[in-house]
Amino acid sequence: MAVTEVGTDAPGGEARKAKQPKPAPLLAADGTPLRKKLRQALMLSRMRAFALVAPLLLFILIAFVIPIFAFMVQGFYDNEYAKFMPRSTEALADWDGESEPTEEMYAAMVADLVAARDHPDRPIGRVATRVNRELSGTRSLFTSTARKAARMEAPFKDAMIKADKDWADIETWQAVKVASTAWTPAYYAASLDFKYTATGDIVRQSEDRRIHVTLFLRTLEIAFTVTVLTILLGYPVAWLMANLPLRTSNLLLILVLLPFWTSILVRTTAWIAMLQGQGVLNDVADWSGINSMIVWAELRFAELGDMLWPSVWQEIANRFDVNLAYDRLALASLCANDVNQVLNQGQGALDGLAQRAAADLTDCATEMLAIYNANGVEAAVAKARELKADAGFAGYGDERFSMIYNKTGTLIAMTHILLPFMVLPLYSVMKTIKPSYLRAAKSLGATNWVAFWRVYFPQSVPGIGAGALLVFILAIGYYITPALVGGQDGQMISNFIDFHMRRSLNWPLAAAMGGVLLIFVLFFYWLYDRIVGIDNMKLG
Amino acid sequence: MQASDGNPFVAFERVQKSYDGETLVVKDLNLSIGKGEFLTMLGPSGSGKTTCLMMLAGFETATHGEIRLAGKPINSVPPHKRGIGMVFQNYALFPHMTVAENLAFPLQVRKMPKADIEAKVAKALGMVQMGAFGGRRPAQLSGGQQQRIALARALVFDPELVLMDEPLGALDKQLREHMQYEIKHIHESLGVTVVYVTHDQSEALTMSDRIAVFNDGVIQQLAPPADLYERPENAFVAQFIGENNKLSGKVEEITDGVAEVVLDDGERVSALAVNVEGPGSRTLLSVRPERVVINPDEARIAHTLDGHVRELIYLGDHIRCRMAVAGNDEFIVKVPNAAGQKHLAVDSHVRVGWETEDCRALDAA
Repeated sequence: MAVTEVGTDAPGGEARKAKQPKPAPLLAADGTPLRKKLRQALMLSRMRAFALVAPLLLFILIAFVIPIFAFMVQGFYDNEYAKFMPRSTEALADWDGESEPTEEMYAAMVADLVAARDHPDRPIGRVATRVNRELSGTRSLFTSTARKAARMEAPFKDAMIKADKDWADIETWQAVKVASTAWTPAYYAASLDFKYTATGDIVRQSEDRRIHVTLFLRTLEIAFTVTVLTILLGYPVAWLMANLPLRTSNLLLILVLLPFWTSILVRTTAWIAMLQGQGVLNDVADWSGINSMIVWAELRFAELGDMLWPSVWQEIANRFDVNLAYDRLALASLCANDVNQVLNQGQGALDGLAQRAAADLTDCATEMLAIYNANGVEAAVAKARELKADAGFAGYGDERFSMIYNKTGTLIAMTHILLPFMVLPLYSVMKTIKPSYLRAAKSLGATNWVAFWRVYFPQSVPGIGAGALLVFILAIGYYITPALVGGQDGQMISNFIDFHMRRSLNWPLAAAMGGVLLIFVLFFYWLYDRIVGIDNMKLG
Repeated sequence: MQASDGNPFVAFERVQKSYDGETLVVKDLNLSIGKGEFLTMLGPSGSGKTTCLMMLAGFETATHGEIRLAGKPINSVPPHKRGIGMVFQNYALFPHMTVAENLAFPLQVRKMPKADIEAKVAKALGMVQMGAFGGRRPAQLSGGQQQRIALARALVFDPELVLMDEPLGALDKQLREHMQYEIKHIHESLGVTVVYVTHDQSEALTMSDRIAVFNDGVIQQLAPPADLYERPENAFVAQFIGENNKLSGKVEEITDGVAEVVLDDGERVSALAVNVEGPGSRTLLSVRPERVVINPDEARIAHTLDGHVRELIYLGDHIRCRMAVAGNDEFIVKVPNAAGQKHLAVDSHVRVGWETEDCRALDAA
C-alpha cells in the first residue's frame, strides 16, 4: 500500500487499490513509469555489455552458425544437373517417373547434351557424375552420348537408343529425374540407407548397398564403449585427485592434463608404436609369456564353455565375434597358422614350409619339419595335433595380438585421448563433495562400500553425466584417431564424411551424414536433459 | 555422573597422536568419561581436541595408547562398527536424500524392518520438533533446522555415545544459545553420553558436566564449569576461560597456602598459592575483573594498589574500566552500575584491591 504512494498521484491511490486487484503502475519522481525509467537507467550498461560480447557473437555467427546451417541445407540441395541441363530438367519435371519416356524428353536431353558440350566450363563430366550417383554405370553413357549428340537428328528417341540402348531403359530416366531435382531428400535418405525414387517414394536401399546404418551403429557403439571406459578409468583417478593432499593432487592433475599439451597426432602415433604387431606391448607380452598364457586361458575358457553349455557358448561366440573358436587357436598367430595349415592340408603344407628359408620358419614349423624329414607325414601331422593341444601353454612365442588397425585400436586410442574430458568434470564435482559426508555415513553404521554407493556416488553423478555427455559427443564425431588406427572395422562415420568430402566429392551426401550426426548429438543432449537434467551438469 | 569409579564408559589411556612422525598433536592423553556424562573438549584451534574426537569416532588412529568404550578396546574397530552417533561441524546431511531418508539411513544399514524405521524416524523428528519436514531436502532448510536434523540423525539409532564436533559453529548467536539449551535438554531426557568439542567457552560453560581444556595437545584442566572459572589451575586456563587480569611477580614466601608476592614494580600482594614452585620462583597472578574492588575497605584488604584510570566504557549494567595497575596497562575492572556507586573519571587515580582468595598465583607461563 505504502509503495503506491511513491507516485505523484498518490491521493486516492488507496481507494483505487481496494476496487482493482491490479495495482497502478509505479511512477518515478518525474512522472514516467518506473519500469520504463529502470530500462532507461540500465540501457547504457546493457549496451556496453553487448558491445563487449558482440565480436564473439559475430564470430560465432559467421564461423559457426551460418556454415552449419549452410552445410545442413547443402544436404537437401544439389543443382549440379539442373544448372547445366535446364531443358531436360523442365521436361522431366512433368514426367510421372513410370510411363514410357516421351520424345520431348529425348529431344530436351539431346539439346542439353549439345549445349553442355559447347559450354566453356565443360560440365558434362560433373553432370554425368551426378547421375551416376543415382545409378552406377551411367557416367560413360552420358559422356559417350554427348560426343554423338551434335550429329543426332529427329526423332531423337530412336537416335539416342541407337547411340546407346540404355536410353531405352526406364531406370536410366528415373535416375536422371532424381538427379534433376535440385531440392531433394535423396541425400538424407541415402545417409540412412534409403533411396529416393523417381516416383517420389522413399524405399530401403537394396541389401548389398546398405552401409550407413551399420556405420552409424558402429559409431554409436564405439562412442558408447569409449564413454563407459573413460568412466571406469577416470572415476578412480578423479577420486584420488579430489582426496589426496594438494601437492600430490596437483601432480596428478598435471599428469592428466599432459596429454592435452601433446599433439593428438603424436599421441595417436605413439599408440601405433605401442600396439602394433611388433610394438612395445606385444614384445613385452611375448617376451614375458603373457601372450601365451592369455591364449592358453582363452582356449581353456572356450573348452569349458563348449563343454558346459555348447549352445549358449556358440551363441556368445557368434554374437560377439569372440576370437575363441577352437580351430582358430590364437589371435593372428603365425605359429598357429603353420600348425593349422599342416592339420588341414597335410603334406602340401609341409612341403610348402620346406621351401622357406630356415630363418623365416616359426618354432612350430621347425619342429614339424624336423619330424616330417625324419618320420614322414603321419608323424608330422601327429606333432601338429600335439602342438595344437599345447598351444599357448607351451609358449611358442608367436602369438601376437592385433591391437591396432581395428576397432580395438580405435577404442584404446580414443579412450586415452578423451580421458581428460571425463576426469576434469568428475574432479570438479568430487572436489565439492566434502569428506565429512563419507565420515557421517560411516559413523551412522555404513560400511565403506555402502557409504560410497549410497552417499558418495549419487553426489558424483552430475560429474559423470557432464563427463559422459562431453566424451560421448566428442567421440561420436571423432575423426583423426579412427583414420590413423582404425583399419577397416574401426572406421567411424566422420571418416566416411571425410571420404565424401575429399575423395568422392559427394558434398551433399557428406552434408546429409553430418546433419544426421548433428541430429544424433542433439537427441542425446535432449535425452540427457530428460534423464539427468542439464542444470545438474557441472563442467567445473 | 563423574567418572571417578574404576569402570568408565569411555577411557583414553596414554593416547598419543602424530600426523607427520615428528610432532605430537596429542601428547599423553588420559581421560575417563562416565556414562551419561556431558563432557566438553574446549580449546583453541590446533589444540588437539578435534583430533581426540576423531580418534574416538574412529576416523583417526591413535599413534600410541588405548581407547576403550564400555570396557572394550576400540583402537582397531572400524568407525561403522563403533555405534557412536556423531554430529558434524557442517551437519554433513546427505544433500541427495530427503530429511526422512537421511534419518532412515542408519536404520537401513542396520537392516531394520521398514515399519520400525518409519516409527523411529517419526519419533526422532518429533523429538527435535521437525515432524513436518520429513519430505524436504536439506538445502530447503535453514541452518538451525539442518542442525536439528543432524542431531536427530545422530540419535535415531539409539547410540549410547554421541560426539559433537562444533555443531553450533555455523549458527548465529541467538539461535546458538537456543540450541545449546535444546541439546542440553535432549541429553538430560535421553541420558546418552555426549562428548562435545567447541572453541566457544560460553558454550562449554553453559552445557557441560565437565570441561576438558586443551592446549598444545595436553589437557590443561579437567573440571566442572564453576571450578574451571573460579579455580583455574594454570595461567592458560585462567586466561582462556573468561576475562582475566595478569600481574607478574616473584614469590617471596608461602605460608598456609598463601603466597607473598613482590610484583615487578615492587608492590607486595598476597595470593593463593595454586601453582607455584616455592619462594624465589616467578609467578603470574590472576584476578577476575569482577572481583576487583575500587577504593576498598583498608581494614579488610591487606594490600591495595594504585590504579590509573585510562578508559571507561559504559555497558549499561556495568562500566568497564581499563586502568594501569602495577605496570599492567590492560588491567580491567568491572564496576557495577549500582546505586551509590561513585563515578570514576578518566585519568584519575584510585586504590584497587581484592580478597586474597580471589587472587591466584599461577605458573609464570
